Amino acid sequence: MKPDLRAKILGVELGNPTILASGIMGVSGAACCYAAKNGAGAVIPKSIGPKEREGHANPVLVEFDKGFLNAVGLPNSGVDNSLGEIEFAMKNSGVPVIPSLFGGTKEEFGMVAEKLDTLRPQLIEVNLSCPNTQDDFGLAFALSEKDAGEVIKLVKSKVRAKVIAKLAPNVPDIKTIARAVEKAGADAITAVNTMPGMAIDAKTGNPLLHNKQGGISGPALRPIAVNCIYEIYKAVNIPIIGAGGVTHGEDAAEMIMAGAAAVEIGTGIYYRGIDVFRKVSGELEQLMAENGYATIKEMTGVSHR
Amino acid sequence: MKMERPQIAAIKRVEEEADGIKTIFLNSSMKARHGQFIMLWLPRIDEKPFAVSYASKGEIGITVAAVGPFSEKLSLMRAGEKIGVRGPYGRPYTLAKGNLVMIGGGYGSASLAMLAEEAARKMTRVKFILGARSKSRLVYVERIKRLIGEENLTITTDDGSAGRKGLVTDALKEMIAREKIDKIYACGPDKMLKAVASIGHEAGIPGEISMERYMKCGFGLCGHCCVDPIGIRLCVEGPVIDFGTAMQVKELGLYHRLKSSRKEAI
Ligand SMILES: Cc1cc2nc3c(=O)[nH]c(=O)nc-3n(C[C@H](O)[C@H](O)[C@H](O)COP(=O)(O)OP(=O)(O)OC[C@H]3O[C@@H](n4cnc5c(N)ncnc54)[C@H](O)[C@@H]3O)c2cc1C
Ligand SMILES: Cc1cc2nc3c(=O)[nH]c(=O)nc-3n(C[C@H](O)[C@H](O)[C@H](O)COP(=O)(O)O)c2cc1C
Repeated sequence: MKPDLRAKILGVELGNPTILASGIMGVSGAACCYAAKNGAGAVIPKSIGPKEREGHANPVLVEFDKGFLNAVGLPNSGVDNSLGEIEFAMKNSGVPVIPSLFGGTKEEFGMVAEKLDTLRPQLIEVNLSCPNTQDDFGLAFALSEKDAGEVIKLVKSKVRAKVIAKLAPNVPDIKTIARAVEKAGADAITAVNTMPGMAIDAKTGNPLLHNKQGGISGPALRPIAVNCIYEIYKAVNIPIIGAGGVTHGEDAAEMIMAGAAAVEIGTGIYYRGIDVFRKVSGELEQLMAENGYATIKEMTGVSHR
Repeated sequence: MKMERPQIAAIKRVEEEADGIKTIFLNSSMKARHGQFIMLWLPRIDEKPFAVSYASKGEIGITVAAVGPFSEKLSLMRAGEKIGVRGPYGRPYTLAKGNLVMIGGGYGSASLAMLAEEAARKMTRVKFILGARSKSRLVYVERIKRLIGEENLTITTDDGSAGRKGLVTDALKEMIAREKIDKIYACGPDKMLKAVASIGHEAGIPGEISMERYMKCGFGLCGHCCVDPIGIRLCVEGPVIDFGTAMQVKELGLYHRLKSSRKEAI
């Protein structure tokens, strides 16, 4: 029998478990639709903040031998200008659209979440990997149990949508952060955002990213992400969405087996093309058939047995 | 192995093409085709897309119009100075057979001049319509004459200081009325591209335009150059698109996105 590729997250059904990751391609509603047309089971537009931001100068993305480094600087047109884009995607993509948001303060997260919620999305993702502008060192919210928990708690109080907390991998113990956001009311967790990294032009000594430092995505991030998912699965009772280096069907299977209910794909678009979603789904389906899995649910967390 | 990161190259020479428009030649083993573009990096400043306007063994050229901070800095660079380069990116033009018309507005002729070179090598008949604001902004006049013959070049300027006064589209409409045209190619300002694609589409003549939008990564990940409402990435699925696709890109001639992604009317 053909395996059932459908995935379910908090009651929302996806035709397949591949999701366009936030910040890759999804700058506009039309771009999200383009990913959906190429097989994404759901789409997460680029993170939206309180006001317009240009982001960093170029280069914002550079390759290394096992992945990419990015420091795009969260460009976006501000939540008020972005609502139309999200609405376009919700009307035209034919798949669930999960708006992603960020803020520099807790209050900003709350304000953006409230505005996005007027579009009545079923799910929203909270990007906790941005710097807390009120912290002395601009520490990212995702690096502190307290900050991450407080943001989620505030966002939860402002929206009807179910809330997904997106975590950063560069913490001493991801279980404690996962428990903190679960306790604050998060309905699900995405693991993970990018890992800090840097690359330098060896001929001139210039950092290659304009922002000098950035985040690692792609294959190099995968084992880190799988490990985080594995840890989080043990620590909490809410669903997990995996992210980090999914490029082939096997990679998706790996994350699902570690505990993910679905997987996000970003950088994989570079390696496999825009139809990476269709390719990964096809490969996953074949892998499931060959190894006797009928559903995604049945495969979720099998590595914990 | 090709890696998506800038490689440092030395500027070989700089030539003045027209008022405020220069061509920078770089030492590079890159194999770039007409319609493709490269990203040029000024470390610690920025990195921006430019169409390849010359490509020969060991050397590529780009033609820069000074329109803002980055292009002005680039225009002031001299032989020997170093710059970061990556690419080439994007889809080239597809050269057809028969009677071709190429329409270049401003520095938009950069990519078309390379296409005219290939056409000349293949002995394909080309008529070139070269447009600019005024005489002092015309580029590649001698280069195009050499390639396709003076009689096949039509010049138009907005102020009538060279060639005929008027728009490239006026010249195109007359040509369409006069003779059978097999394919139209155009690169230049957005409104011109919209007009050319519409004229060609209505006349049932196939064609291609090369379109510009704000680009960041250049290889299809950042999504900044996705166009409404079909969402294709101009850096990968473009910048050259056919008339059919151009008619689907409803934002053509109407608006573009700024660095933040906010829309701005054209
Ligand atoms: C595929 C492609 C090919 C191009 N080829 C050429 C060329 O052959 N010669 C040439 O002179 N210019 C070319 N450009 C345009 C060139 O990239 C911009 O003129 C340049 O980036 C302007 O930067 P600035 O700082 O000088 O001006 P700004 O004041 O920053 O901008 C001036 C104008 O350029 C646009 N622009 C700025 N940055 C970018 C960017 N990163 N990507 C696209 N547009 C941008 C702005 O939207 C604005 O309309 C091309 C652009 C694209 C997308
Ligand atoms: C260019 C780029 C931009 C990104 N922007 C965002 C963003 O705006 N919000 C966010 O939550 N994550 C962002 N991310 C992180 C991705 O959503 C994802 O978590 C990460 O890239 C790992 O997945 P991947 O290896 O499949 O790309 C970005 C990643 C990249 C490469």
